[in-house]
Amino acid sequence: MTDVLAVADHRRGELRDVSYELITAGRQLADETGGDLHLAVISGTVDDFADKLNRDGVDAIHTVDHGEEFNHDVYTQAITQLYDEVAPQYVLTPNSVNGLDYAPAVANELDLPVVTDTIDLDNDGETLVATREMYGGKVETTNRLEGDAVVTIRGAEWPAAEGTGDAAIEAFDAEIDEDAIGSTVNGFEEVGGGDVDISEAELLVSIGRGIEEEENLDLIRDLADALGATLSSSRPIVDNGWLPKNRQVGQSGKVVTPDVYIAIGISGAVQHVAGMKGSDTIVAINTDPNAPIMDIADYAIVDDLFDVVPELIEEFEG
Amino acid sequence: MKILVTVKEVATVEDEFEIEGTEIAEQYLGADLNEWDDYAIEEAVQLQEDGIADEVVTVTIGPEECEQTIRQALAKGADRAVRVWDDSLEGVDLLDVNAKTEILSAVIEEEDPDLVLSGVQAGDDSFAATGVSVAENLGFQWGAVVNHLEHDLDDGIASVRRELEGGVEELTDIELPAVLTIQTGINEPRYASLRGIRQAQKKPMDVKALADIGVDESTIETELELTDMYEPESESDATFWEGSPEETASELGDLLRDKGVAQ
Ligand SMILES: Cc1cc2nc3c(=O)[nH]c(=O)nc-3n(C[C@H](O)[C@H](O)[C@H](O)COP(=O)(O)OP(=O)(O)OC[C@H]3O[C@@H](n4cnc5c(N)ncnc54)[C@H](O)[C@@H]3O)c2cc1C
Repeated sequence: MTDVLAVADHRRGELRDVSYELITAGRQLADETGGDLHLAVISGTVDDFADKLNRDGVDAIHTVDHGEEFNHDVYTQAITQLYDEVAPQYVLTPNSVNGLDYAPAVANELDLPVVTDTIDLDNDGETLVATREMYGGKVETTNRLEGDAVVTIRGAEWPAAEGTGDAAIEAFDAEIDEDAIGSTVNGFEEVGGGDVDISEAELLVSIGRGIEEEENLDLIRDLADALGATLSSSRPIVDNGWLPKNRQVGQSGKVVTPDVYIAIGISGAVQHVAGMKGSDTIVAINTDPNAPIMDIADYAIVDDLFDVVPELIEEFEG
Repeated sequence: MKILVTVKEVATVEDEFEIEGTEIAEQYLGADLNEWDDYAIEEAVQLQEDGIADEVVTVTIGPEECEQTIRQALAKGADRAVRVWDDSLEGVDLLDVNAKTEILSAVIEEEDPDLVLSGVQAGDDSFAATGVSVAENLGFQWGAVVNHLEHDLDDGIASVRRELEGGVEELTDIELPAVLTIQTGINEPRYASLRGIRQAQKKPMDVKALADIGVDESTIETELELTDMYEPESESDATFWEGSPEETASELGDLLRDKGVAQ
């Protein structure tokens, strides 16, 4: 078994970017194992999706026409049946919220190990070496795995596949046992609307857990006022109820692209970075010189925010 | 109904640290209740306060040292705890998802809860896979990354919101028994009261070896071998401003004026 079976992600009629990145990662793995790259696209307008996914490097696309939107039971059943048909070495999925809602189940059902959130993959024909992070990005690890596996890949780590492929597109007739479907998706809701749209701001003053207490937030409000900036934050600030959801930057919050993004007391976890890495200029104020945010910052002040921020306020007020 | 909450003590790392082999050197490590599990515990305790749950039991895989962390969960209102540990787990660098699944499933089968709450991920190894894997293993239903749970659980259905990317939430009904992986922000975790902390000392904690829960050592052999740990090569080409807070703030001030984004 040397093939790779990769499962595309889509939502509300649109393929998600990571689906094209998955092709690149899958192609690389298939080249290393000497096998073919198979794609699966399940539910939704599968024929339309298949045409779009037919990019360079894809050998076969299996469409499973069942239901409109993602349902983890349908995915799990379809993928395990496809696994029997295609007999791949690896099942590759995005490390998206939906990927994490079926990949571990597929692995368990197939009795395979699962390795999630990989940022690099290497195969010497037998052994997979998966690179992933631990401790919120403070360290990277390599992990060896023999045999078949289910692997999820982090978004934006592999470039999107381009070009037009000549994959064989085939409908796969999965037998979906409706009785085994134990959950029903009733709809979607957008959250985080409201008075301010942080994605429109030119200058964002963004605060993270380094602020420690809700009262201290006044200091950051003063800074935003003094600079004429818009206030945003990392997730814990919103989780604590200190700022409304529409201020959250990140994977599950807003994507922002200001001219300048000032990250104050924010470590730069991958889910946060997903929302702000497109900022033109990034400035980090953080006591930890090794915080992951430093890797994407253009300018950095390694110091206590409670010392630096008052000085900055004074400069613009005084 | 009975709720089981998976609780993990995670390792925390200081800003400056050293790596020894495939581990962070002991002296730079701390221990804490996994952030996501804290929200899971709170959700269970609130279900109990709402009269929906009769009993909240925590289950942990971990050595004796993590009992302090488990007591935190008891102090917040869980009724009793189960801790699984075994000599054969000693010295395992990374317990993979399958191994955790086997162990947790065995305890869950014994306890037979209606609902299992687990954190979305553990803050140290960040696999974010155990809850769903356990559910599938047990034939339970599941939902990953749940940030809202309706507390009536009418007709054996959990109505949840799953937090997808980009500020979109999915509204989903899940049949019980189920495993839900709980996302931060679903509630406001409480601090343990002094009374809670005192009471926690008296709450039962069962310690079990693998044999006690009928798990054979060979079934939990972890398939993922941690081979290296290193600090990520810094890709930083950031300009580090040095000096007193006044000086660094002034550098930043100049930048903002240059860019024309602040007055
Ligand atoms: C499915 C999922 C989705 C998520 N979505 C998002 C999202 O959309 N957005 C998001 O932000 N997170 C998201 N997260 C959470 C994310 O993983 C991190 O937990 C979070 O971003 C951490 O926020 P933080 O950087 O503010 O806090 P921490 O990681 O705790 O960092 C605090 C930082 O402050 C610094 N600091 C402390 N004191 C001071 C001081 N006095 N002066 C200066 N610096 C100081 C510290 O050195 C540290 O770097 C998500 C997680 C999951 C699992």
